[in-house]
Amino acid sequence: MSFTKNLIEGTNFDHKSLNALQKVTLRAVVMSFLFFGLVAIEGMIMKAVQTGPSNPLPEMFSHPAHYFSIMTVHPIVGIFGSTYQLVFAAFMFLVPFLTKKPLYSVKLANAVWLLITIGTALAWIAAFAWQYAPLYTLYWPLPADTQQFSAIGGIIFILGVALIMLGTFGFIYNIYATIFARVGVHKDKTTKELLISGFGIDGMLNLWHKLTGKEPYSKEPALALPVVAIFRGTVDTFLDAVVILSAGVLVLVYLLFDVSGNPLDVGAIDALLYKNYFWWGLDLVADGLVLIYVAGSWYLLATLITGQKLFMENVARAALMLELLVSWMVWSHHLLADQGQPEMMKLISGEMVTAFELLTQGLALFITLVTLWKARPLKMTMELKYLLGGLVGFGLAVPAAIIQADMGMNRVLHNTQWIIMAHVHIALIVGLYMTLYSALYVLWPIVTNNTKMYSSKLSNLHFWMYLIGGIGMGAFGGMAGLDGMLRRHLYINGEFNTLMVLSAICGTMVLVAWFIFLFNIVMSVGIKGLIGIFLPSEDKTASYGLEPEDIAENHKA
Amino acid sequence: MTFSNSLELLAFHETAYTIYALLIISVVAWFGYNLTREEKASSLVRIPFYGYIAFLVAGGVGHHIFTYNAIPWVAQDITRHEITPDASYKFEIEDHKWVNIPKKVTVQCGETIEFDVRSRDLVYGFGLFRQDGTLVTQMQVNPGTDVNGILDSNDLLWTFHHNGSFDLTSTEYSGTAQYSHDGKEDLMKVKNWLEVVGCKDGGNK
Repeated sequence: MSFTKNLIEGTNFDHKSLNALQKVTLRAVVMSFLFFGLVAIEGMIMKAVQTGPSNPLPEMFSHPAHYFSIMTVHPIVGIFGSTYQLVFAAFMFLVPFLTKKPLYSVKLANAVWLLITIGTALAWIAAFAWQYAPLYTLYWPLPADTQQFSAIGGIIFILGVALIMLGTFGFIYNIYATIFARVGVHKDKTTKELLISGFGIDGMLNLWHKLTGKEPYSKEPALALPVVAIFRGTVDTFLDAVVILSAGVLVLVYLLFDVSGNPLDVGAIDALLYKNYFWWGLDLVADGLVLIYVAGSWYLLATLITGQKLFMENVARAALMLELLVSWMVWSHHLLADQGQPEMMKLISGEMVTAFELLTQGLALFITLVTLWKARPLKMTMELKYLLGGLVGFGLAVPAAIIQADMGMNRVLHNTQWIIMAHVHIALIVGLYMTLYSALYVLWPIVTNNTKMYSSKLSNLHFWMYLIGGIGMGAFGGMAGLDGMLRRHLYINGEFNTLMVLSAICGTMVLVAWFIFLFNIVMSVGIKGLIGIFLPSEDKTASYGLEPEDIAENHKA
Repeated sequence: MTFSNSLELLAFHETAYTIYALLIISVVAWFGYNLTREEKASSLVRIPFYGYIAFLVAGGVGHHIFTYNAIPWVAQDITRHEITPDASYKFEIEDHKWVNIPKKVTVQCGETIEFDVRSRDLVYGFGLFRQDGTLVTQMQVNPGTDVNGILDSNDLLWTFHHNGSFDLTSTEYSGTAQYSHDGKEDLMKVKNWLEVVGCKDGGNK
């Protein structure tokens, strides 16, 4: 097939054969990867500025208003526009797949990706057009500081974030409505049984019964372990959305009063109390839903790849419950440099409970590795490669954060590039995204009705460039943090030139890897297919009927 | 083992974490290679499940016990309200400017200094940096007042064991007004604001 024909037609992709659930999943995936490209470009702009005055960008990118506008929307586009979108799409597909029940509402799933896409675009426009730049931390009263920022820009930014949160609520409703629907295999289950399973209480009771020599409480739990992880992680997604939305409403009220000519007193809100509230909610993303969703995804991928039961499944169920409780109590590690924060909260919440994340995530890593090990020999498929890459990512990123969640280390690492590069970027780019790429390669044949990937060589090239680039960018950035480079500061004179150049080279590898991946996907589905994904589906089915067991057959060596 | 300043601590941290990073990457690479082999790989080490959990718990708890004993500013920070400093400097920040700040501070080696910084408007940071850009110490500076309208205190106690001339700037983003329009200048930066004298070459008196 010629290049042009491939570009237009794809390999063997037929969008007309897709049902409603497949199409809505692919729509969100497409938007997610477009936002990923945007966030990678934004990241590279900031990285180029940090390399010093010889960078090839126009001077305006070094101006504080421009630079910090990019820094403000960078996490919004990356976390919500790309990551949330991809995770939500995967889970709204996986829950019907794993429970063998239809999705509660495909219309709602369509609303979710539209709301998140429009919301992200609005927030981006607010930063681009009005240079609204209080950063994602929104430390009070900065987002309401109309001496520095445009009130109109702020209102649009907050409306954008609010739309993203409304989309998030739509996802949450869809997931729980699907899980609790008493149809199919859950026809005879009660809500109580589903709740007990969803919270992993059956896993705990099984462990207790084993210790006391009794019969297992439940030989076949009502919900599969990955669904339990989705159920559990979605609790944090809900709480996080409530906090972000309420903080947004607070900022919006202040901005609206300001526009009306009757500004309110920003001193009425205690900055440290607000910080506690906001970090409690925001931390439910980083230390809550991400870790729980990732653990669940690892378990799912390990069982799908091996076709075997998960090693220590009851412990894994119980650990997910522990992770949920831990995620509610760790926010103070963000406030270790705040001298007004009570010392006991720093010690207990900031240090001791946070250290439990080493246990819960280490447990997930171990269980996944042993499950894979017991099933060897395995074929080194793309999904297995990416899964191992994801494990490396979190293996690097979690200890990097635990080290800083310490009153001694925090004094010299807080707000430096260490935490944002060695922890956050490696956790997201390598840990989370490589896990998601693994899921994408597992689900690709099911979601696209066995569409052939255009080039396995390009898939491999993407994998290696992405892995090396992601780890390298984080590592060199982290080293700059150890040398005193702050994370929310403007350096345009090449103060950390060598490390920033090395970090930028690795970042460029990530950007190029994204382009290679996108090219491979476009050549597989074709431009016609890409457009077809967004056309209404003739088949309104909200599930497809493939059995999870079938996937494992493809991975046996 | 005791670390007398951030340079010693961060050098140790960089070495330890680099070794760990290389180790975890190597282990997963070895693991991945052996996953695909037909013949059974000989185990380098057998890790019992509950032994691994105990290792993680010991690692998480042990890290804090180690830093509490090895990093002197931890205990000092927790008990700082019971310690009488050798000197105390109180000043404020408003509209991205240091207010009532001493022009220059000179500290004798080994002295314990209290910095009490208060903000009249936004969240700022207080950070001291060496001439090579490395961080000496820092804290967040939150705005706010008590019921009597007195600005909230943000206090940091620090003992200096090494000679040096340190720059001061805000370590927290407080908006674009911290910088000149072209971004070339940090308007909150005070060059050589604090100088420590009287220490030997390797630190301490």
